[in-house]
Amino acid sequence: MAVLLEISDLRTQFFTSAGTVKAVDGISYTVDEGETVAIVGESGCGKSVSALSVLRLIPDPPGRIVGGNITFDGKDLLALSDKEIRDIRGRDITMVFQEPMTSLNPVLTIERQITETITRHLSVNLETARKRAVELLELVGISDAERRLKQYPHHFSGGMRQRVMIAMALSCEPKLIIADEPTTALDVTIQAQILELMKGLSKRLGVALIIITHNLGVVARYADRVNVMYAGKIVESGSATDIYHRPRHPYTIGLLNSVPRLDLPRTKRLVPIPKQPPDLTRLDDGCAFRPRCSFSTEQCASAIPPLELVGEGHHSACWERDNLIEEERQAS
Amino acid sequence: MIRESGAEPAKSDAGNPLVEIRNLVKYFPVTEGIVVQKMVAEVKAVDDISFSIRKGETLGLVGESGCGKTTTGRCILRLEQLTSGQIIYDGVDISTVDRQELNKLRQRIQVIFQDPYSSLNPRMKIGQIIAEPMRVHGIEPDRAKRQERVDELLTICGLSPRMADRYPHEMSGGQRQRVGIARALSLNPEFIVCDEAVSALDVSIQAQVINLLEDLREDFNLTYLFIAHDLSVVRHLCHRVAVMYLGKLVELAECDELFDNPLHPYTRALLQAVPIPDPEIEQSREHQVIQGEVPSPMNPPSGCVFHPRCAMAVESCSKEAPELREVRPGHWVACTEVN
Repeated sequence: MAVLLEISDLRTQFFTSAGTVKAVDGISYTVDEGETVAIVGESGCGKSVSALSVLRLIPDPPGRIVGGNITFDGKDLLALSDKEIRDIRGRDITMVFQEPMTSLNPVLTIERQITETITRHLSVNLETARKRAVELLELVGISDAERRLKQYPHHFSGGMRQRVMIAMALSCEPKLIIADEPTTALDVTIQAQILELMKGLSKRLGVALIIITHNLGVVARYADRVNVMYAGKIVESGSATDIYHRPRHPYTIGLLNSVPRLDLPRTKRLVPIPKQPPDLTRLDDGCAFRPRCSFSTEQCASAIPPLELVGEGHHSACWERDNLIEEERQAS
Repeated sequence: MIRESGAEPAKSDAGNPLVEIRNLVKYFPVTEGIVVQKMVAEVKAVDDISFSIRKGETLGLVGESGCGKTTTGRCILRLEQLTSGQIIYDGVDISTVDRQELNKLRQRIQVIFQDPYSSLNPRMKIGQIIAEPMRVHGIEPDRAKRQERVDELLTICGLSPRMADRYPHEMSGGQRQRVGIARALSLNPEFIVCDEAVSALDVSIQAQVINLLEDLREDFNLTYLFIAHDLSVVRHLCHRVAVMYLGKLVELAECDELFDNPLHPYTRALLQAVPIPDPEIEQSREHQVIQGEVPSPMNPPSGCVFHPRCAMAVESCSKEAPELREVRPGHWVACTEVN
């Protein structure tokens, strides 16, 4: 598969009165055509900012992309003019946001909101755009589409609004959809419906998908490849199987140990990661995970570990990555 | 763990109940009009549920948004006035006691809220927040003693006593939730309603707070009503679990029994919808997605409220509402199609 999106050494920073926040600090990854890539991490790790950076949606001030390259379909996104990036947003790259309650305009009908995207990007008249909108609603499983188009967002439930968002995201046949916590605000049964829908459509239409989430279960079910982020950096990346069965970073191991699982026997106690995540304005020259890590050594304090190959297509940023396997072998 | 088997006279469970909920009903009126308010409909938030909570256990109350689980918790705390029914706490009917009596009861019943951001007063210091229940109830009138108690509570909850001088905005979500727990413990309660107490936290922090709640239960002999939507957390923490759907109790059983052997079609659908963090298991797992959405509690379906979404539904389901019945010792289900 050809590479669709290539991000290299992306740095996005926020300049606040409390200091410079290095929200995204030198991350690199690629997304192939039609592939589903997940970005996992906890709040404040920079996963959303990294996605917003791709669409150049970082509010400036206080934020700015200070370095790196983003190549999409052969174009350097960071070098485009504002007008050129607007032509890509909503057409080639679209976004599904977390909050279905606030991401639709409450005073416009659903029809107006879907056709707006279509008429903005494709040279079609309103009638054609309306027909397309009906098709799209049916595609995302909203019945009685003709009537529903005339309604306002408050007539729709949370799950239905998220379907509308997906319909809008698909309206101009994009190559890439970025879904930022698309199901976090929804109930589990609705979450399953929405994710099955997105995955099914992306397979059928060959659209690449970036799913940003903190839910390790969602990642396991839907992602081909996974990037784990911590404090603005990717600390581990690999196939879903690598990440879940052969984790090679203490943070990934910690994350997997701290969730209770439905399929395993009930254990007496969870093993949490101790302490709090770091303050992004006060990072030093060492590994950011060091204060919470049980494997840390002196080397961890003196230099930031680079992301290095540990297996086929599997990278880890940890000085102790080789000792981790040894420990695991002893444990099991 | 407390476990009793065999047929018992009490509805839905037996044992040594600390709290008994009997035919709890809570309807919220929907009104129209600005000057003269006219009631046009009712939201049936909780519609005739009965269960009891045993001393020393953690009872999980699960369900999707709008199923009435939070309203049930609020009724037990008497933050809501019941429409009908009874809540018996240690022999006293909470729903009818007078103010004075209620105040006494509230020293024994505490609550931990979901949102660690809005449940702490931003203008009060952490020390004041934790000491306030003691001040209100006139416990530890001596200021120095109260301060000592605050320090002790902070330490119990894994925070440093120095944090008493901080404001909530200076703390992270996990730390704030610990403050909420310390506040709930300040009156030495015996029963705590945890309303989505760990839902807003990141996974690594969530595990810390879950462990803390478990330790506290053991150390202080607490009884929890654990209201949550995350089934894996509920399975980890609870002794027994009750499942609610659209204001009704649909299933109630010992935790292991419920998760190993779910009987109600809704419980099964819920369990199937939870993704498991293992790609290999996920690939081989059956993914039957439950169709449709939860109907409006203003106008719930006739008969069994789950029948429009149920794969097992037969004709009679739309006519007659199933009773909660004991199909196995301690395992209660409200479905006519389950044997």
